Amino acid sequence: MSRFSNLGHRLYQGEVSFDFVGRRKLWYSISAAIALAAVIGLTTVGLHLGIEFKGGSVYTIKKPGLTISQAQDSVDKIVGDSTPQVQATGDGQIRIQVSAGEKTPSNEVVQKLSSDLSVSQENINTEVVGPSWGQQVSQQALTGLVIFLILVTAYLAIAFEWRMALAALVALIHDLVITIGVYALVGFEVSPGTVIGFLTILGYSLYDTVVVFDTVKENTKGLEKQNKLTYSEAANAGLNQTLVRSINTTVVALLPVAALLFIGGGLLGAGTLNDISLALFIGLSAGAYSSICVATPLLAQLKEQAPDMRALAKRVALRRAADAKAAAKAAEDGTALDDADDESAEGPEDSVPVGMVGQRNQPVSRARGKGRPSGKH
Amino acid sequence: MAAPKSRPRDGYPGRALALILVVTVGLVALMFGTGHKTPRLGIDLAGGTSITLTASSQDKAAINQANMNTAVGIIQKRVNAFGVSEAEVQTQGSDNIIVDIPKGTNSQQAAQQVGTTAKLYFRPVLAEAPSGVTLPPASPSAKPSTSGSASPSASGSASASAGGSASPSTGASAAGSPSGSPGSASPSASKAGKALSEGLLAADPSGTPSAGASGSPSASASGSPSAAQSSLPPVPTTPPVPTSPADISAALTQGTPPPDLAQQFAALDCSDPTQRKDYQGVDPTKNTVACSYDKEAGATGSGWYKFALGPVAVNGSDVSKAAAGFDTQHASGWQVQLTFNDAGSKAFATTTGALATQQSPANQFAIVLDGKVVSHPYVSQSISGNAVISGNFSQDDANNLANVLSFGALPLSFNQSNMTTVSPQLGGDQLHAGLLAGAIGLALVVLYSLIYYRGLGLVSIAGLVVSSILTYTIMCLLGAGIGFALNLPAVCGAIVAIGITADSFIVYFERIRDEVREGAQLRPAVQRAWPRARRTILVSDFVSLLCAVVLYICSVGKVQGFAFTLGLTTVLDVVVIFLFTKPLITLLARRKFFANGHPWSGLDPKRLGARPPVRGGRRRPATSAAVKEA
Repeated sequence: MSRFSNLGHRLYQGEVSFDFVGRRKLWYSISAAIALAAVIGLTTVGLHLGIEFKGGSVYTIKKPGLTISQAQDSVDKIVGDSTPQVQATGDGQIRIQVSAGEKTPSNEVVQKLSSDLSVSQENINTEVVGPSWGQQVSQQALTGLVIFLILVTAYLAIAFEWRMALAALVALIHDLVITIGVYALVGFEVSPGTVIGFLTILGYSLYDTVVVFDTVKENTKGLEKQNKLTYSEAANAGLNQTLVRSINTTVVALLPVAALLFIGGGLLGAGTLNDISLALFIGLSAGAYSSICVATPLLAQLKEQAPDMRALAKRVALRRAADAKAAAKAAEDGTALDDADDESAEGPEDSVPVGMVGQRNQPVSRARGKGRPSGKH
Repeated sequence: MAAPKSRPRDGYPGRALALILVVTVGLVALMFGTGHKTPRLGIDLAGGTSITLTASSQDKAAINQANMNTAVGIIQKRVNAFGVSEAEVQTQGSDNIIVDIPKGTNSQQAAQQVGTTAKLYFRPVLAEAPSGVTLPPASPSAKPSTSGSASPSASGSASASAGGSASPSTGASAAGSPSGSPGSASPSASKAGKALSEGLLAADPSGTPSAGASGSPSASASGSPSAAQSSLPPVPTTPPVPTSPADISAALTQGTPPPDLAQQFAALDCSDPTQRKDYQGVDPTKNTVACSYDKEAGATGSGWYKFALGPVAVNGSDVSKAAAGFDTQHASGWQVQLTFNDAGSKAFATTTGALATQQSPANQFAIVLDGKVVSHPYVSQSISGNAVISGNFSQDDANNLANVLSFGALPLSFNQSNMTTVSPQLGGDQLHAGLLAGAIGLALVVLYSLIYYRGLGLVSIAGLVVSSILTYTIMCLLGAGIGFALNLPAVCGAIVAIGITADSFIVYFERIRDEVREGAQLRPAVQRAWPRARRTILVSDFVSLLCAVVLYICSVGKVQGFAFTLGLTTVLDVVVIFLFTKPLITLLARRKFFANGHPWSGLDPKRLGARPPVRGGRRRPATSAAVKEA
């Protein structure tokens, strides 16, 4: 643990730094690959929708020693064909799904199951779902999603800036696509509980991103007043400083969810607890990854397009070149030159719009060196 | 900047702590004082039945708050009529009604009733026919009519071509006996077992239909009811054996469906479940078709009948009272007595008066429930005030029909979109699993905080405890106050919220540690870290809250419980961090153990790699960040 603490310290001091922003192409490819897999999974395999979306009824029977085939025989007899699906849920319960096409009333099924299998009706749970229920739930979920996205984007655009809002939005959609893709590929059943989980991911994924962006924002405050760091570098530094915090918050968020998933779900088998926690578990992990590896690099990329940040990037490049030159010169003749004055003549056509933004807070001497075409980092 | 004299800058942590202590103690006292020591449990945890009804109407504007509230009132009355105590009916979203029926003996039955009843109309019958029957070979096997009357089915060529023996069932003739109003007795008694009279409304669905059901099409060649009354002996003629159900229907049609319905009527096959739906549409002033099922006839034939019906004559909401009772006088079995309100009485009198002059089958009155004809008694004279529906009812049937009638027609029709029945035992299992998962989740978070943050971990544990107490008491009080019920997703939300609450601590702790790393003394570090941590916490909690609120507004059923808990705990998170964690840390920062950075305090400057305190200079190490990679 102390080594981990130490890592936190070294990360903070910049002694150890992971170049998240610089390697954005790598992250983008990884994300694109996962997203592609997700989309392929969605289009080819499709989501395995639970009975809530198709309509029908589910009976859960609790009786030790009851076998699947006994239950299957019994329910087949009751509904008169062999379409009902019978599964064991892993905790000694038997779950029977009867599709909406069957006409036997549910209370009749319960009575017959109860007498056939000699289980008291107390131990049979029933859920009857109209075929439009799932559609309604998902319709509302979708409405909620759209409203939330609009509101939260507006909020982030006001509280931070539009680029952060956009980057956060992309990261959010990224998380949703991945989570849904995992569901399609692995074939987990999608229930209304899963939809709840998906929706909660929204809040959580943004929570994570917001914490990181907050630090990035702080780290890049007044950035245009200096010429040592580009936006990307400052953002990356901020990311590294908050890395321990991000890891900790993610771990702490995942711990209860994992407890829900493995203990709650494990004890009860398929059910609401399992559905919500599984979606959350996948979504949270994706959210932690995306806030670090997708949202921030994307933000940096967007920011670097902004005129003032482009100007900054050039200044930084100039300064570094100058420093290098100065160092070389100093090595040569032992005198340190103050600044890169000789570069000022270059690229005047660039410097006009750029200068308008950059110059305000700049000491005159610093503003001179900008606009070098090769300076783009 | 790290002036130790900055007492005001520390704020007054004692006051904040005292405030939250008072609030917490107050809430706990209130909880014990009011006796609501446990949260109300949802159906999925306590056991019981939960039904979601979704309003549907072709006229979207009809689904409004007023109509929904009326519907809730009616459903509430219905549910209570089943003797279910503490049933809860409430609207959710714009078009859903949730009916929660706690564990009880007849919750299943109540669920069925509530879920399947909606609109009730009294409509005149224009035409009727068996539907989708596959008749046994025509055999005039039915016993000769004891009441001496052939089924008063009548009209023209249809019945003529389908001649056979009529056979009123025994039940029918029994039901035909009048009770209580002798004046109306004889005409109705002579009918084939169905009569509607003042004080007696005899409905035996098996009356007329029995002709078709027994495979013996009606014999009466006469179109007039009086002819039917005149005890025509059955004339066993061999009917042409129809080849398809449609032919049979056409052959057995009594009455003439109105032209606008003729085609629909002919095409309707009630034995096909997909066609068995509510054809009443939105406009009650129009003619329509409907299906009906006859249990007795169902034993031999398909049992399904179809009807062409006129415009609504009396609305079910005009029934002011209906009660099931046993007809002791004539031992004709269970019946339902009806009382109308003023408007209903008038309309009923007018309509029955008009119907009485009609010829069969147009002298029948169909009681249409949810688009299905439940009863279609004959009318022989104008009736006002009270009426009785009798027939082949079991006690349950009579009770159910009485309930449906008493509690009137709903202003909207509802589809049962979801019904969940959970036994108390299984609900309890779910609750235990949820609580166990929560406890383990909490323990893991506590363990992690202690290992990672050491002394500070204790602060986060204290914060979690305060947060838990507040959440629990507020849930208990809300259960009593606004009927908030803790369901499984809500438990899930509470468990997930442990993470959110702990996140805020981490944000603050890491900020403090950052300051310590920069070389600040602990007390100023705690103060300097606060505004920055506060902003992060507020921003991220706002996002969580936004998510919860949107989820709550745009969702139904279980999702709402989850959203509610999430929102509640997010708000509490802000409260706890402002009024508890921050002041507590401020106080602790004055203690030597923390201020001197004891190795177990979690704030050991050496372990955090702090630089020697450099006054005035907060160096950002970021300069070198881009250079190194690991």
